[in-house]
Amino acid sequence: MIMRKGWRPVLVLILLLIIWQVLVPLFEVPEWLLPTPYQIGVEAINSWPNYSGHLFATIRLSILGFLIGSSIGLGVAIILHLVPKLRETFYPLLILSQNIPIIVLAPLLVIWFGFGLLPKLIIIILVCFFPITIAALDGFRQTSGELLHYMKMAGADRRQIFWKLEWPHAMPSIFSGLKIAATYSVMGAVISEWLGAQEGIGVYMTLASSSFRTTQVFVAILLIMCLSMLFFAAIVLLEKRVIRWKTSGGGNSNG
Amino acid sequence: MAELAIEQLTKSFDGTEVLKALSLNIADDEFVAVLGPSGSGKSTLFHLIGGLYEPDTGTILLGGENIKGQKGSVSYMPQSPSLLPWRTVLDNVLLGAEIAGHKDQQAAIQMMEKAGLAGYEQSYPHQLSGGMKQRAAFIRSLLSPQPLILLDEPFSALDEFTRSEMQKWLLDIWQHNKRSILFVTHNIEEALFLADRILVLSEKPARVVAEFKVGFARPRAEDITLTEEFLQYKKDIYKVLKKGTGE
Repeated sequence: MIMRKGWRPVLVLILLLIIWQVLVPLFEVPEWLLPTPYQIGVEAINSWPNYSGHLFATIRLSILGFLIGSSIGLGVAIILHLVPKLRETFYPLLILSQNIPIIVLAPLLVIWFGFGLLPKLIIIILVCFFPITIAALDGFRQTSGELLHYMKMAGADRRQIFWKLEWPHAMPSIFSGLKIAATYSVMGAVISEWLGAQEGIGVYMTLASSSFRTTQVFVAILLIMCLSMLFFAAIVLLEKRVIRWKTSGGGNSNG
Repeated sequence: MAELAIEQLTKSFDGTEVLKALSLNIADDEFVAVLGPSGSGKSTLFHLIGGLYEPDTGTILLGGENIKGQKGSVSYMPQSPSLLPWRTVLDNVLLGAEIAGHKDQQAAIQMMEKAGLAGYEQSYPHQLSGGMKQRAAFIRSLLSPQPLILLDEPFSALDEFTRSEMQKWLLDIWQHNKRSILFVTHNIEEALFLADRILVLSEKPARVVAEFKVGFARPRAEDITLTEEFLQYKKDIYKVLKKGTGE
């Protein structure tokens, strides 16, 4: 399906890259200001041994933060859902907490927790848990009234209603939350590495930009994009395996 | 022991009486239809029997046991099939039994076969037609261990043709798997074709205004709906319904 429908955006992307490639030498823009896509590509291939360590460090950090962040996000959603009083109290605060820019919070976390793993994980967790909590809460609450009525009449207790009805019903929403969180986790990891770390794409990028190796900055951006897309694709794949009843629903529209 | 005995049931919501001193009985393996104008508190009656609410006054006994406010004492089939879309048909059919705590997969597969759903065990509900979904929903309530099944206008959303198919199917499967059934409908013919006994409810506040014993022998053929006797019943019930609403 991607092969058939994906060619349009790919074509536009290629076109943009060609324009970029042609215009840079035309206006004699120096490489330290704006390298061409070709130069970036060559750099990405040649300096693989230089940044591979950084790349894997960021992958490890993002995955760890994503796993903890989404677990916490789901846990918070379940607790808030099962205890309506808590939801009423904390839901507005939850949204308020997202108005604090992570970039502002990051230096504070360094002051409190130093330069170790903990403040970095906290940043990723902070960016990850919110989309999941909100998505899961909405998923739980949008459970069909009809089905809920049936479950109650059939004598289901609170636990059965949650695990047999609300949880599976929220699955598609939870997955959209996970997709957003997965891409955010890479961003969170890079931001946290800017603050001070031994390795990571954030470090690689800071080093490159402070020495005007602009091509390497672009390589870092490219890596971040690829990583985010990879994480996103992984979640989509997982979703297809878990929610089989919905993917087959797409085929139903034909018949 | 599936005798349902409801005595003097009264329930009001926000000051309006929905049920007033309503009494009814259902014997073991009896098929009772409840007819009433729409908005006559039929669903409230079901919610009280199902234990979702407690009545203001009155008693509900099932097999001699008080089931007031006790969820899960009866099996239920709603107006919409209410199958869980993420479960296969087989898992859906087992849901009622699963909630009650003991499921028998083999019995479910056999029952699906008898009900004309063989081969659809691993399908998902969206792959079934409206009639098949209702069949699955009815099997789900048959496989639940409770001795009484409440049917809440189960065929009202189906087209006329499917509906009469489903009525015949329901009688057939019930004939081989007897249970006590309380069937709510607003269709006189449906009630006459299916039930042993018909109770007519008044408008709000609802109470039983008339009772008809339906004498047709079982198993019933479709052509009884064309007999003189059937039409006479229909007229009588219609009169009561009109008078009931006139009061």
